[in-house]
Amino acid sequence: MSVGVRESCGKALCETIERSITTHAMVATPELISCLTNSVDLSHIEKNQAQRAAGMEMLDFTQQLISGVALGCVYGLIALGFVLIYKATEVVNFAQGEIMMLGAFMSVTFIATLGLNYWLSFLLCVIAMAILGAVMERVVLRPILGYPQFSIVMATIGLGLVIRALVGIIWGTDDLRIETPFTDGVFTVGKLVIAWDALSIIVATVLLCGALYAFFRFTKVGIAMQATSQNMLAAYYMGIPVKRMFSLIWSLSAMVACAAGILLAPITLIHANLGFLGIKAFPAAVLGGFGSIPGAVAGGITIGIVESLSGFYLPEGFKDVAAYIVLLAVLLWKPQGLFGLNAVKKV
Amino acid sequence: MVHRVRTDYGDSDPLFPSKAAAFWYAVLMAGLLAAPYLLESYYLSQLVFIMIYAIVGVALNILSGQAGQVSIGHAAFLAIGAYFTAVAQKYGVPLVLYLPLAGVFTGIAGYLVGLPALRLHGIYLAIATLAFAFIVEEIIARWESVTHGNEGLMLPPPSLFGWKLGSESFYYLCLLVTVLVILAAINIIRSSTGRSFMAIRDSETAARSMGIDTARYKTTAFALSAGITGIAGALYAHKMSFISPEMFSLAVSIDFVMIIIIGGMVSLRGAVFGAIFMIMADPLLIILKDRIPSLTEALTHALFLPDAATQAIQAGVLRVVNAPGLKSLIFGIIIIVFIIYEPMGLDGRWLRVKAYFKQFPLARQRSARPPRMFLKSERR
Repeated sequence: MSVGVRESCGKALCETIERSITTHAMVATPELISCLTNSVDLSHIEKNQAQRAAGMEMLDFTQQLISGVALGCVYGLIALGFVLIYKATEVVNFAQGEIMMLGAFMSVTFIATLGLNYWLSFLLCVIAMAILGAVMERVVLRPILGYPQFSIVMATIGLGLVIRALVGIIWGTDDLRIETPFTDGVFTVGKLVIAWDALSIIVATVLLCGALYAFFRFTKVGIAMQATSQNMLAAYYMGIPVKRMFSLIWSLSAMVACAAGILLAPITLIHANLGFLGIKAFPAAVLGGFGSIPGAVAGGITIGIVESLSGFYLPEGFKDVAAYIVLLAVLLWKPQGLFGLNAVKKV
Repeated sequence: MVHRVRTDYGDSDPLFPSKAAAFWYAVLMAGLLAAPYLLESYYLSQLVFIMIYAIVGVALNILSGQAGQVSIGHAAFLAIGAYFTAVAQKYGVPLVLYLPLAGVFTGIAGYLVGLPALRLHGIYLAIATLAFAFIVEEIIARWESVTHGNEGLMLPPPSLFGWKLGSESFYYLCLLVTVLVILAAINIIRSSTGRSFMAIRDSETAARSMGIDTARYKTTAFALSAGITGIAGALYAHKMSFISPEMFSLAVSIDFVMIIIIGGMVSLRGAVFGAIFMIMADPLLIILKDRIPSLTEALTHALFLPDAATQAIQAGVLRVVNAPGLKSLIFGIIIIVFIIYEPMGLDGRWLRVKAYFKQFPLARQRSARPPRMFLKSERR
C-alpha cells in the first residue's frame, strides 16, 4: 500500500473519531470505544502488511523508476532540442514542444493515412521536419537576429501558437493513435514488467545521443557548429557560413523533436495538447544548464524520475508541479543549472 | 524621431511633455468621464476590461520595459490579487481597505519571486517565473478550503461605504484606479528609482559599477510590478464576479506579454494601446468571422469562377474560419509580424505618424527607421 493511501486512510479514521467525539461523546461512549479499538486494530494489521509488502514496494519503486526514466528520456530529447538551438544562437525556442507535436501528427499522416511502413515513415517525418525547421528559422528567426532576447522568446511563443492552431485546423482536435512495432508488447525480467514502448524510448535516446556526439565530434559540419556556438564572430572570420549554420541547427533540433514525438506516440495518444510537454522540458534543460547536451538528457531523466515517483508516493497534485518545484529549488541553489558555466557578461 | 531641446534639468521629464499634450489628455479624461452616458453597456464593459489590461500592461512595462526583467508568469500575480479580494470580501473587509491591501499582499509575493530573480537573468528568469505561475495555479486548484479549488469562487458585487457599486459606478472606480496607477508609474519612472531601473536594463554590470544596488532595485521592480498587477486582479475579480484557477493559465500570461509587445515597451502609452488592441481584437475577429464567407462568395461571383470551384473555395474558407484554433493562429501571426516589422509596437508607429505630420513636407522614411540591432552575446 502506498504512503499516500495509508495517510488518507488514517486521516479518514481520525475524522470519524473526531466526528463521533463531537456529536456523540456525551451519549454514545461504546461507539467511541469501538471506533478507537478499530483504529488500533487497523494500524496493527497495517504494520504486518507493511512488513510483508516491503518486497512489493521495492518492485513498485523499480517499476516507477523505469517509467520515470522513459518519460525523462522524452523530456531529455525535447530539452536536447532547446539546448542545440540555445548553444548555437542564444535563442530559447518556446515552440520546441509544438515542433515535437507537429512531428507526431505528421507520423499519423504517413502511417495511418498513407499506410506506409513504420520505419520508412519515421525517416520521412524526420526529413520533412528538418526542412520545416530550416524554413521556420529562415522566416521567423533570421529577421530578428540580434533583437532583445525577450522579443525573440515572444516570437517563438507566437510560432508555437501558429503551429498548434495549424495542427488543429489540419488534423482536427481528436486523439489519434498510430500502430508502431512497440505498441502493446511487454518485456519481463523476473517480476519486473517493462513495456516495449518505454524501452524503445530509452534505447532510441541512447542511440540519438551517440549519433549526435559522433556528429559534433567527427564531422566537419558538426565542428563548424561547435565553433559557431562558442564564438560567432570568430567563426564568421574563419569562413564558417554562420547563418547557414543557424538553419542547420534548427533542422537538427526539429529532427530530434520529431523523433521524440514519434517515440512518445504509443505511450500518450497524439493530441493537440502534446505541445505542452515542451514546457515540461524546460526544467530539464535548466537543470542541465541550458548549454550542455549530456546535461539536457541527465536533466530530463531527473525530471522524469521526480515526476513519476512524486505521482506515486505524494498526494495528488504534486505530480504536475514537482518538476517546477525542483526547478525553482535548483535555480535558487545553483543559478546556472547543475551543468552550467558561471559566466559574467562584460559591458 | 523628433527630440525636444532641453534647457534645464526639470525639463527633462515633465508630467506632460507639452501644454498641448496636457490639453488632449484633459479631453480624453472628459470623454472617459462622459462614457457611461454615451456608450452602450457592452462597450462600457469592454472599456473596463481595457482599463484592467492597461493596469497590467503598466505593471509589465515597469518590470520589462524599464527594469529589463522578463516575466511570463504575471497571470499568477493577477490570480493572487483576485483570490485575496474574494477572501477579504468574504470576511467583510471594506473595499477601500482590501483594494490597496490586494496590491500590498501581491507585492510581497512579487518581492519573494524577485529574490531568486536576483541571481537569475534572461532566460532563466523567464523560466523561473513560468514555474512560479504553474505552482500558484496548482496551489489555487488544490487549496480547496480557501479557494474552492476548480469549482471557483463567486464574488458578490463590490460595495463602497455601504453603497453597492453598479456597472457604471464600478466603471468610475476602475477609471480612478487606472489614472492613479498610471500617474504613480510615471512618477516612479521619472524618480531616481526609475533611472536605476533603466540603468539595470541597459547594463547590469555598468549599473553596479555606478553604485546602484542592483539586488534592491530588481526586487523593487518585481514587487512594484506584482503589486500593480494585484490591484488589477482585484478589479478583475469584481468584473468577472466569478474566479477559478483556469482563468489564470499560461495563456493569460502570454496575453499580458502581448500587451506590451504589441503596444510597445518604451512608454506607458504603449501599455494602453496594447490593452486596447488585445481587448478589441476579440469582437473584431467575431465580426470578421461573420463577414468572411459572404465576402468570399461575392469575390468568387465577381471573378466568374465555375460553380465547383466556388463551392470548394467556400468549403475551404468555412473550414478555416470555423476552426477552433483560429484565434491563436491569428494572434501568433500578429506577435511574429509585430516583432519583425514593428519592434517599437503601436506606440512607435504612433510616434512616427506624429513626427510625419510635424515635419510634413520634409519627413523621410529613412529618418524614422530604427537603428540596426546586432547580436549581443550573453556569454563571455
